[in-house]
Amino acid sequence: MATSAAVSAPPPSGAGALLQRLRNGDEVARLITLAFASSILLVTVGLIYQLWTTSALPRQKFGFGFLTSSMWNPVSGQFGALPFIYGTVITSVIALLIAVPLGVGAAIFLSELAPPRISSTFTFFIELLAAIPSVIYGVLALFTLVPLMRDYVEPFLKKPLGFLPIFSGPVFGFGYLTAGVILAFMTLPFIISISREALLEVPTEQREAALALGATRWESTWQAVVPYARLGIFGSIFLGLARALGETMAVTMVIGNDPGIHASLFAPGYTIAAVIANEFSEATGDLYLQSLVALGLVLFLLTIVINAMARLLIIATTRRGSANP
Amino acid sequence: MTLRNRWRKTLSTVMLGLTGVCAVVAVAILFLMLGYLVYNGWRSVDWDFFTKLPKAPGETGGGMANAIVGSFQIILLATLIGLPVGFMAGIYLSEFGGKTFAFLVRYMADLLNGVPSIVIGIFAYAVVVVPMHVNSALAGGVALAVMLIPITARSTEQFMSSVPQTLREGALALGASKWKTIATVVVPAAYRGIATGMILGVARIAGETAPLLFTSGNNAYMSSGFTQPTASLPVMIFLRATAPYEDWHRQAWAAGMVLLLLVLLANIAARLILSRGIAVQK
Repeated sequence: MATSAAVSAPPPSGAGALLQRLRNGDEVARLITLAFASSILLVTVGLIYQLWTTSALPRQKFGFGFLTSSMWNPVSGQFGALPFIYGTVITSVIALLIAVPLGVGAAIFLSELAPPRISSTFTFFIELLAAIPSVIYGVLALFTLVPLMRDYVEPFLKKPLGFLPIFSGPVFGFGYLTAGVILAFMTLPFIISISREALLEVPTEQREAALALGATRWESTWQAVVPYARLGIFGSIFLGLARALGETMAVTMVIGNDPGIHASLFAPGYTIAAVIANEFSEATGDLYLQSLVALGLVLFLLTIVINAMARLLIIATTRRGSANP
Repeated sequence: MTLRNRWRKTLSTVMLGLTGVCAVVAVAILFLMLGYLVYNGWRSVDWDFFTKLPKAPGETGGGMANAIVGSFQIILLATLIGLPVGFMAGIYLSEFGGKTFAFLVRYMADLLNGVPSIVIGIFAYAVVVVPMHVNSALAGGVALAVMLIPITARSTEQFMSSVPQTLREGALALGASKWKTIATVVVPAAYRGIATGMILGVARIAGETAPLLFTSGNNAYMSSGFTQPTASLPVMIFLRATAPYEDWHRQAWAAGMVLLLLVLLANIAARLILSRGIAVQK
């Protein structure tokens, strides 16, 4: 009855109105859920605030030099982020170089060629790949990929290409290349499943028109379908990149943990996430700890930017096809 | 057929064949990994693994009973905090959200979702471990809850907004108030999807290691309560696998298999729940 009264009566003003609405129950429900929703806002703002205030010391002491210094010496109190930024970027680039062709190829197969049954079964398995915890990738990489890289892949690459600086130097198995390969496996499911969805959004007319003009199946796919879905595919790549940048455990276990900058991909290195994971609980002194938090802040900003770009691209494709940008 | 056309045909076949190879490689990676993990894990797992405490470094034998209980404690805490908060926030986003504020919350939830888990660990360290001066299951639970909240909120919102508007209008036309409509019509209509999202969310945080490293820490014994350092399966796997002892590697395989089976079972169960649902399509 209260509801119908609220509907028929002219809206009372001031405190009376609020009381009326509260009695209705809707306003109470709205306020309760609003409080919970605000907690998300609160946590995010709290996170940024904590990262900012807890990294004040290195910001005051080193300024922007923190980002460009390659010196990381806890004993002498010298902290620079460059080796870690370098390692993070290099491993992610290797991961994308492997995962993008493989992932986009697989997505093309799943959306264009495979019968629906096979496509959905494969997609199911590939999405399971995304559910495997990172530490398990780490165990597998440590016990299988590292010996494999050390004994076969890296010597194989080194023999014909050893004159290039990136394929020179001793092989350890632990290093940028191994970390990049395991990251490729981890980003693959994201690239495949989102690219596939983008390709499935492409209207059939796009394919039929190309085929009717005499294009072969591949020409229709590569020149008419893939360009149409390109924003979604780029979005999936950025999403994969964001994952790779922030990935911690698997990389920590195979990167080799050496805070230096090396041209050779076989050399051991370090990433931002890995150095935090390894050194945070042992960091002695405020400057050391806060430098690690500052690295966390750098990583945080990096992933926010990449994630935002990924989301914009994915939203742009799902709203309207990307044929007329 | 001209030479050029023959070339085009061949190219088409070859390239399309290659895309098939890509798909097979991607799936093969999964099965190779699973197969190798189960093969090694199965050889390594024994009854002691579930019932005994860890032995001193270098000694053979022992198990991970403390880590199994610890993981359960931490995940329970994270679930108790994360699921209700995420669920209520999801209701707000889907049913009450206006334009600006809902947009802001949604944006922040996505942002939080994309934050690397190690950074979440730093946050939980700063807000829980620093004031309490000790690693604890509580800190680990808070870290995982921070990850679970945005996941749950966004999936709840997604499944509730896909409930047809006509259902809501029907209930409102019968004189139900808005919250009654939500509680008796919208949530029941979307419950399969909401449950799926929650299971997937919990499965995702169950395998997280990085946020636990310096929040819940590690403990060689059973932790007594929620304010003590607590061992957890993922952290234990990391420490065992990177240690130089043969027998500890065996235990890492065993723990890896147990953790993976739990996570994959939860994932498959969630997908089955969803695929049986008729009311809500993803």
